[in-house]
Amino acid sequence: MKNPLESLHKTVVLGVVMTVIMVVVALAIGS
Amino acid sequence: MEFAEHLIRWFHVLSGVMWIGLLWYLNFVQVPTMPKIPDELKPAIGKHIAPAVLFWFRWSAAATVFFGLILAWMEGSIGAALSIGLNDGSTTSALLGIAMWFGLIMAFNVWFVIWPNQKIALGLIDVSDDALKPKSARKAMLFSRTNTLLSIPMLYGMIAAQNPPF
Repeated sequence: MKNPLESLHKTVVLGVVMTVIMVVVALAIGS
Repeated sequence: MEFAEHLIRWFHVLSGVMWIGLLWYLNFVQVPTMPKIPDELKPAIGKHIAPAVLFWFRWSAAATVFFGLILAWMEGSIGAALSIGLNDGSTTSALLGIAMWFGLIMAFNVWFVIWPNQKIALGLIDVSDDALKPKSARKAMLFSRTNTLLSIPMLYGMIAAQNPPF
């Protein structure tokens, strides 16, 4: 399987997904 | 102290813009454009532009981390941030902390993975095995992409910690 980081578009999508996960984790820590 | 903090924040943002700007230039412009450049023009990138980009890239990364850590220390937020808010139970500390850790990982990648491999790939240091060059270029590219990925949540966390949306 090709590494998703070889695609710039997939890299950006993964970055946005990671941002959502980060917010969920931060909200859980703060609750 | 408040004015000093204000100045350090400015230095942190200036160096950070240069760092992430150059990271995005490499990933959004230089790397995708290289295959379209005629062979006789490629040395201009490899021998002149890329080494200059990498010089400002790695030193702006170091400056961003340096001013960022000083700023967090001056604000008194460094402990809460580095523990990603687990010791004060704050969403803002968690956002700042996760962003700080992403920034630290990215700076580590710049200095200890991307730069050493780019030196080999660009022929800035002599290597006995020529097969090492494409391997190093690929490794540098993948870690540069990793940094591009991390830069998205990192910037969100930094901004959200200053302007809490929750």
